Amino acid sequence: MVDSSKTLGSSQPIRRGSLYIFLRQRSTIAFMMVLPLLLIIGCLVAYPFFYSIYLSTLNKAETAFVGISNFLFLFKRETFWMVVQQSVTFALIAVVFKALIGFIAAHAVNNIPSKGQRKWRGMMLVPWVIPPALSTLGWWWLFEPTYSSFNWILEALGLSAIPWLSDTFWARFSIILVNVWVGAPFFLIMYLAALKSIPEDLYEAASIDGASAWQKLIHVTIPMMRNIISITVLFSIIVTFANFDIVRVLTQGGPRNSTHLFASYSFRVGIESGDIPLGAAVSLFMFPVLAVLAFIILRNVRQRTVNI
Amino acid sequence: MTNRTRNTGALGALIGNNTSLNSDRKWALIASYACLIVFVIFFLCPPFYMLITSLKTNAEIADLSTNPWIIEQGLTIEHYISLLTETAFLTYFKNTVIVAFFVVLITMVISVLAAYALSRLGFWGSGVIATGVFLVYLVPDSLLFIPLFKIVGGLGLLNSYWVLVLVYPTLTVPFCTWIMIGYFASIPKELDEAALIDGANHMQMLLRVFIPVALPGLIAATIFAFTVSWASFLYPLAYIYSDNQMVLTVGTVTTLIKGDVFHWGGLMAGALLAAAPPVILYAFLMDYYIAGLTSGATKG
Amino acid sequence: MADVTLTNLHKRFDRTEAVSGIDLEIKNNEFVVLVGPSGCGKSTTLRMIAGLEEVTEGEILIGGELVNDVPPKDRDIAMVFQNYALYPHMTVFQNMSFGLRLRKYPKDDIKKRVEEAAEVLGITELLNRRPKQLSGGQRQRVAMGRAIVRNPRVFLFDEPLSNLDAKLRGQMRIEIKRVHQHLKTTTVYVTHDQVEAMTLADRVVVMNAGLIDQVGTPGELYHSPRTRFVAGFIGSPAMNFLDCELSELDGGLVVKVGSELSLPVSSGRLERYRPYVGKPLTLGIRPEHVTEERVDRDGVSLSVDVDFVEPLGMETMVYFSLAGEALCGRVAPELNPQPGQSAKVCFDTEQIHIFDRSTDLAL
Repeated sequence: MVDSSKTLGSSQPIRRGSLYIFLRQRSTIAFMMVLPLLLIIGCLVAYPFFYSIYLSTLNKAETAFVGISNFLFLFKRETFWMVVQQSVTFALIAVVFKALIGFIAAHAVNNIPSKGQRKWRGMMLVPWVIPPALSTLGWWWLFEPTYSSFNWILEALGLSAIPWLSDTFWARFSIILVNVWVGAPFFLIMYLAALKSIPEDLYEAASIDGASAWQKLIHVTIPMMRNIISITVLFSIIVTFANFDIVRVLTQGGPRNSTHLFASYSFRVGIESGDIPLGAAVSLFMFPVLAVLAFIILRNVRQRTVNI
Repeated sequence: MTNRTRNTGALGALIGNNTSLNSDRKWALIASYACLIVFVIFFLCPPFYMLITSLKTNAEIADLSTNPWIIEQGLTIEHYISLLTETAFLTYFKNTVIVAFFVVLITMVISVLAAYALSRLGFWGSGVIATGVFLVYLVPDSLLFIPLFKIVGGLGLLNSYWVLVLVYPTLTVPFCTWIMIGYFASIPKELDEAALIDGANHMQMLLRVFIPVALPGLIAATIFAFTVSWASFLYPLAYIYSDNQMVLTVGTVTTLIKGDVFHWGGLMAGALLAAAPPVILYAFLMDYYIAGLTSGATKG
Repeated sequence: MADVTLTNLHKRFDRTEAVSGIDLEIKNNEFVVLVGPSGCGKSTTLRMIAGLEEVTEGEILIGGELVNDVPPKDRDIAMVFQNYALYPHMTVFQNMSFGLRLRKYPKDDIKKRVEEAAEVLGITELLNRRPKQLSGGQRQRVAMGRAIVRNPRVFLFDEPLSNLDAKLRGQMRIEIKRVHQHLKTTTVYVTHDQVEAMTLADRVVVMNAGLIDQVGTPGELYHSPRTRFVAGFIGSPAMNFLDCELSELDGGLVVKVGSELSLPVSSGRLERYRPYVGKPLTLGIRPEHVTEERVDRDGVSLSVDVDFVEPLGMETMVYFSLAGEALCGRVAPELNPQPGQSAKVCFDTEQIHIFDRSTDLAL
C-alpha cells in the first residue's frame, strides 16, 4: 500500500505536466477564437474613444494642445445648451410614447385570437424594418410645406395648416413623432414576448381570487413584465438620445438649430464645419449619460439572469 | 366546512356572472381591434403615401387641387424606370450589396468563433469579455464617428466603401456575439460530451453540432448584421462623398435630390426600392429574428 | 472487449473532493452498476472512465492500457447519457452514424452497422425520423444504438432510465439486459435506483461520500451488507434500524432492544458477536423479516400497537413503534391489521444484522 502510493506520487509530476499542457492548449485555442473580437473592440472602439478625448483637447487646426478650452467654449454657447435641453426632452418624451404605444399594441395583439396575431404584428413592424433614413424621407414629403398631405387633410377638415418643419415647436414635435413611429414596434415585440411568457394559470388564480381586469394588469402583468420593461426603456433611451438619422434628414437641425441633438450637432460642427476637436468634444458629452444607463442596464440584465 | 362553502360561493358567483364575463370579453376584443386598426393606419401611412407618390405622374404630384392620398390621373412607373436608367441608383445598390455581404461574412465568422469560445471554453477573463461585449453593443455610432473619421482618414480609406466594411463590424459584432453566446449556452453540455466521445474535435464540434443546432440564432444574427449594414446612415454620410462609392441610404437621401427641384416621385421610388431588400427579408424570416431578439438576448 | 481497472482514483473540484480513492476491477464482459445517493461520486467516476473529467490522482486502465491522458474519442468507449444527448438536427440514422462518419468508416460499412444495431433495438422503422418525433423510450433506444454501432470495448451508462416513467423504465431495463447478453460488452452503469442496480448487475458497487462501501453480487449485498449504509440503501422498503445491546444469557447471547424486545442469537454467529457484548450496537432487520407468526420459521413474537397500514394486495405493510423508533413489517393480508389495534408480529432471528455503532460496520 505504501509502495503503490509512492509510485503514484512519483508519476504525478508527469501527469500534471501533460494536464497543464492540455489546459494551456485549450485556453490558447479559446484565445485565438476570441482574438478577432478583441481586435475589433480594441482598435475600433476603445482606441477611438481615447483618441476622441485626445482630439477634444486640440485647437481647430489640431496643431496645439488647448486643454479643456473646447469644453469651456461650448459652455458659453447658447446653442450648446439648447442641444443639451433638446436631447434630454426629446429622448424622454419619445421613449415614454414609444413605451406606451408598444404596451397598448402588445396587449391588443395578445388579446385577439392567436390565428390573426402574426398578420397584425407583421403589419405593425413595417416602420422598424425600413431603414430610418429612408422612411424619414417619406415623412419629410408628408411634412413638405407646399404639398403637405397632412395639411391637405387638416384643411379638408376646416382647420388651418401647420408649419410642420419651420416652426420650432412643430419641428420638435415632428421629430418626436417620427422617432416614435420608428421605435414603437421594438417595444411592441419585446412586450409581446414578455406577455406571452407570463403563465396563464397566474391569471386563472387571480380570477378565482376575484381580481378585475384592471387588478390583473396591476398585480400580475406589470410585476411580471417589470424587468423587461425597464431594460427596454433604458436601452431605448440610449438609442433615442444618440439618434442622428431622423434629425439629419428631416430638419438638419433647423429651424435655427432648435432641433439639434448631440449627434447631429457634433456632425455639423465636426464634419461640416471642419472643427474636429470641437465636434469630438460635443459627442463626448453623451458619454456620461450613456455610461450611467449602460451600468443600470447591466445590473438589470444580471438580476434577470440570476432570477432565471 | 366553512372554507368549502365559501369556495363554492365564489365559484357560484363566477358561474352566475358568466354572461357578463362573455360580454366583457367581447368588448375587450372590439377595443383590441379598434386599437390595432388605429395603430396600423399610423404605422403604414408613410410607406403607403410613399408608394402612392412614386406611382403618380409629375404633373399630378405638382397639382395642388387633387387629393394627394389617391392616384387620380393614371398610374405610371416612369419614376422607377428613370431611377434605374438615369441615376446612379444601381451603382449604390451594387456597393451596398458588396458592403452588406462582407460585413455579414466578417461578423458571423468573428462572432460565432468568439461566442463558442466564450460559452464553452471558459478561460481566464471570459466572463469579463462577455460583459465587455455587451457594453460595447450599447455604444452608439454617433459617439465615435469623429475619431474614426480621423483614423480611417489616416489609413487612406476615406471615400471608399471598404471603409464601411471596416467600421460596420463595430456595430454588428457585439450584438451578434451576444446572441450566439445565448444560443450556444442553451445547448446542453451533454451534447458536446456525446460529440467528444463520437470523436469530434473543436472545429467539427462547432461546424457539425453547434452551428446546426443554433441555426435559428445564426439566422437572427445574420439578419441583424445585414440590416445594420444596409440601413446605416451616419458612417457613409461622414466618410463617403463620391457617387461611385456611395451606398443606398446616403445616395438616395443626398444625391437624388437635384438642386432645389425635388423629384418627389423618383425620390419616393428610390427610397422604396432601397428599403425593399430588408423588408422582403423580414417578411420571410421575421419569426427567427424576433426569437433571436427576445429570447437569445435579453435586450435588443 | 476489455477489462477496466481503477486504482486509487481521486477527483477534486476546487475545494470539494467528489471521489476520494476508489479501487475497482471490472472484468471483461462484466455488467457492473455503480449505485449510491446523489453526490456520492458515482457519475464523476463514470465521467473519469469516459475521459470527460480529468483524473486528479490515481490510474484508469482500459484493457491493460493506462488511459488517464487519452482523450475520450481514443478510449474506444461509448456512452449513453441521461438526457439522451441526441443531435436534434440529425435523423436517427445520422445520429447513430455520426461517430463512424467522423472516423471515416466506408459508407457500406456504416450502413451495415447502423442497420444491424437498429435491428437489435427494433428501431429500423425510425431511421429517417428526427429525435423530436420520437417518444422517450425510442430516444433511449437510439442513444443505445449510437453506442452499439461503434462496437466499443466498454459501454458507459449515466442514469439512462431516470427520465422515463416507471412502466417504460421496467421495459428498458429488460431491453438493456437483453442487449448486454447479446453483445457481451463490458458495461459500467450508473444509477441512484437500487432496483435497477439489483436487476441489471453482475456486480453492484455501492458508493457513499466518494468511497466504495461494498462491491458484490446483488445477493451478497442483500444478504450480507458490509455497512449500515449498504444495508439501508439496498432493499425496499428500507431496513429497520434499532439501537441495541448484546448480553450473555445461559452461555448464549441475546440482542436486547430496550426492555421491549430480546432476540436470541443463533449458534452460528456466537463467536463473531461475543467480543461486542455490552458495546453500543445497531440492530437491522428488513420489513420482510418482520411478519406474522409462521410455523416454518424461528422467531420472537411481540404484540405491537399498529400506527397505520398500507394494504398492497399481495401483502400488507404495517407500521408500528418500538423503543421510540418507527418500524415497518410485512404481513399476510389475511391478518388484516387495523390502525389503533394491536397485532402480533414475529421477528425472524435468522435474518438480523448487527452493526457497530461507532464504525457502522457489520459485525
